[in-house]
Amino acid sequence: MFRISRLPTFAVSHGHLPTSQSPITPKLQFFNSVMEDGKQIPTYRVLDGTGKVIEGAQLPDIDEDFARRIYQNMVKLPIIDTLLYNVQRQGKISFYMTAYGEEAAILGSAAALAADDEILGQYREMGALLWRGFSYDEVMAQCFGNCEDTGTKGKQMPVHFGSRKYHYHTISSPLATQIPQAAGVAYALKRDPSRRGRNCAAVYFGEGAASEGDFHAGMLLASTIPSPTLFIARNNGFAISTPASEQYHGDGIAARGPGYGVQTIRVDGNDVLAVLAAVREARKLCLEEGRGVLVEAMTYRVGHHSTSDDSFAYRPRQEVEDRKRVDNPIARFRLFLESQGWWNAEQEESYKAEVKKEVMQAFKRAENLPRLELQEMFTDVYGGDEPWNIKEQREELKALLKKYGNTWEPWKAELKKYRGEGKELLEA
Amino acid sequence: MASRTAFGALLRARAAARTRAVPSSFATRRRGYATQQSEHSMTVREALNAAMEEEMLRDETVFILGEEVARYNGAYKVTKGLLDKFGEKRVVDTPITEMGFAGLATGAALAGLRPICEFMTWNFAMQAIDQIVNSAGKTYYMSGGNVPCPVVFRGPNGAAAGVAAQHSQDYAAWYGSVPGLKVISPWSAEDCKGLLKAAIRDPNPVVFLENEMMYGVTFPMSQEAMSDNFLLEIGKAKIEREGSDITIVAHSKMVTHSLEAAEELAKEGIKAEVVNLRSIRPLDIDTIKKSVKKTNRLVTVEGGFPGFGVGSEICAQIVESEAFDYLDAPVERVTGADVPTPYAHNLEALAFPDTPLIVKAAKRSLYRAN
Repeated sequence: MFRISRLPTFAVSHGHLPTSQSPITPKLQFFNSVMEDGKQIPTYRVLDGTGKVIEGAQLPDIDEDFARRIYQNMVKLPIIDTLLYNVQRQGKISFYMTAYGEEAAILGSAAALAADDEILGQYREMGALLWRGFSYDEVMAQCFGNCEDTGTKGKQMPVHFGSRKYHYHTISSPLATQIPQAAGVAYALKRDPSRRGRNCAAVYFGEGAASEGDFHAGMLLASTIPSPTLFIARNNGFAISTPASEQYHGDGIAARGPGYGVQTIRVDGNDVLAVLAAVREARKLCLEEGRGVLVEAMTYRVGHHSTSDDSFAYRPRQEVEDRKRVDNPIARFRLFLESQGWWNAEQEESYKAEVKKEVMQAFKRAENLPRLELQEMFTDVYGGDEPWNIKEQREELKALLKKYGNTWEPWKAELKKYRGEGKELLEA
Repeated sequence: MASRTAFGALLRARAAARTRAVPSSFATRRRGYATQQSEHSMTVREALNAAMEEEMLRDETVFILGEEVARYNGAYKVTKGLLDKFGEKRVVDTPITEMGFAGLATGAALAGLRPICEFMTWNFAMQAIDQIVNSAGKTYYMSGGNVPCPVVFRGPNGAAAGVAAQHSQDYAAWYGSVPGLKVISPWSAEDCKGLLKAAIRDPNPVVFLENEMMYGVTFPMSQEAMSDNFLLEIGKAKIEREGSDITIVAHSKMVTHSLEAAEELAKEGIKAEVVNLRSIRPLDIDTIKKSVKKTNRLVTVEGGFPGFGVGSEICAQIVESEAFDYLDAPVERVTGADVPTPYAHNLEALAFPDTPLIVKAAKRSLYRAN
């Protein structure tokens, strides 16, 4: 009796259910954690707040050039953001979204991907495009919808970029639709012998978007219809005004991964080297296993959600100022670079000045470029033969142009904004 | 133009139902359409199956996904045998999440494949409508023509029998209003084969609205339609029966009732022209206009709700065109009743147009006493 009572209950095997490996237990016990000890999922970190490698952490494989390139792209983001945010405030573009505070989460992950991995962004991932070589002129062309906007041809809101060249899918405004689509893109990659095992589909989304059914469907599909889908959650603490604490009651987004049989890691999203290392490893797993992998990057949205939002209505200005000072991902990485002798104050100053100048030049140029041809209104609604309803609308506009285009002042002035001034429509 | 109230439609449906013993909606189960001697015949189900098989043989990028489309052969057996022929990579069973697998299909299409996404019924596709409308339907335009989305969404649409309101809705008008989508509502086996093949080859997202009640109906197939290169042009209607006295425009199962009505009318010397719409978007308004100019009378027939429907759109386009001047009577829409479809057999029968109701509407248009 004594000996038996000392045995832990789980040592007595009652077998398992016929349809699963779930062991039978006589113990009535609930659980609410995916960790064995019932604690929260840990956060992987490499650099501390002062840019020093924390004890026990290993530096990811990174050389001076690569590190500088990541840093320089991180520095570009707030410079572009500040300019375009103000340009929006002046009414020159309709909308803008900054990435303040999330530079490490975006650049660390982008740098871990192959240049031809497919990216399905949410909207705040312009940094991934910059990393792949998207120019300031291309950024401006899209935001202004001018005649150089080859990616979206003036048919998409600002920052809703798309680029075939850089394997960046056109941003979709309805939240989270890109997540199950990523499982489909990854399925197509798996079907393509030239890309199978070589490329993944990386999908970005916020912790708010992860409340949408699309997130759950996307995770489920990437694991049940296995495809190399890399889920990158930017947990920036806010879904517009809703804090993460009201967005979920469980242990963040990472806790959901194992529920779908998905390999998962939580990482300090303000530590660019941790993000780089975690996403590199996640990508490797994703390709090896041909299944979905989830990375939750913990960060903080320093900026407002978008130009349609004033976040000081729901969070104290001081909180934001504190976060900027205490946990600035750019400063943190700069301290690391300086400690390696890869960057210094002089380079900082000259690089920032150079970026500011170039961004300003690109903005001024974009502002003065004409809009796309007027006929773009009707192109690309359908591929292949054009249906009659499109032709009919074009003819209607053409007839109006013929009648008023050269005589009525408001039309004459308006037409000058378009490349070709509507002539292509009259000749069509 | 007569824009009868929806309640009026219900009342007319009731009045008509009292005049007959057997709801003719059940007649389609018994009756085939082998009116002329034909060497070949096929059920609608077989035609859809053949269309998919032929296109999968022709193009490696075509694949099918949906709930129980593979091992179970599809809820209505439309994908029967395809798993055995093409394997698991191209006939894919998915978990039960419409928004999920419609999203996967959309993503796969954006990445260069040609998915056929089967919904167990279009009623359940409401969960996926954002993927269909906002993503599949708009990405080609919003990507400046850089990213086509060649996906086919298909499944049974409209009312079946005894499955109540949440299984009995017609989505032709919903999807028909969206630029960027093409919408097909086929009737016969030839329609299904030629149009589904065309839909699969089309570079655009296509919404393909089948009808459960038609799956088992047998139709003659021409030699041409048996060919694996048989394609029908999307956006073209077909005159199923020529006539000079009145034009009846219908789609899907309502073509059956319209043809039966034309037969009835013929007994009284009325020559009705029956137009099978085939496509909802683009709508072949030219064929309807031409017919109206000949007959001077128009009745539209559909299984959807009266408001903002396919008939409403046809009526609007006719009155906006030169065909208006040719009308000798108000246009009348014959539609489903403006109530959620009831379950009870007798009420359900009252909720949808049938042959006698179409006969009545046609006669009204011809100012003939009923």
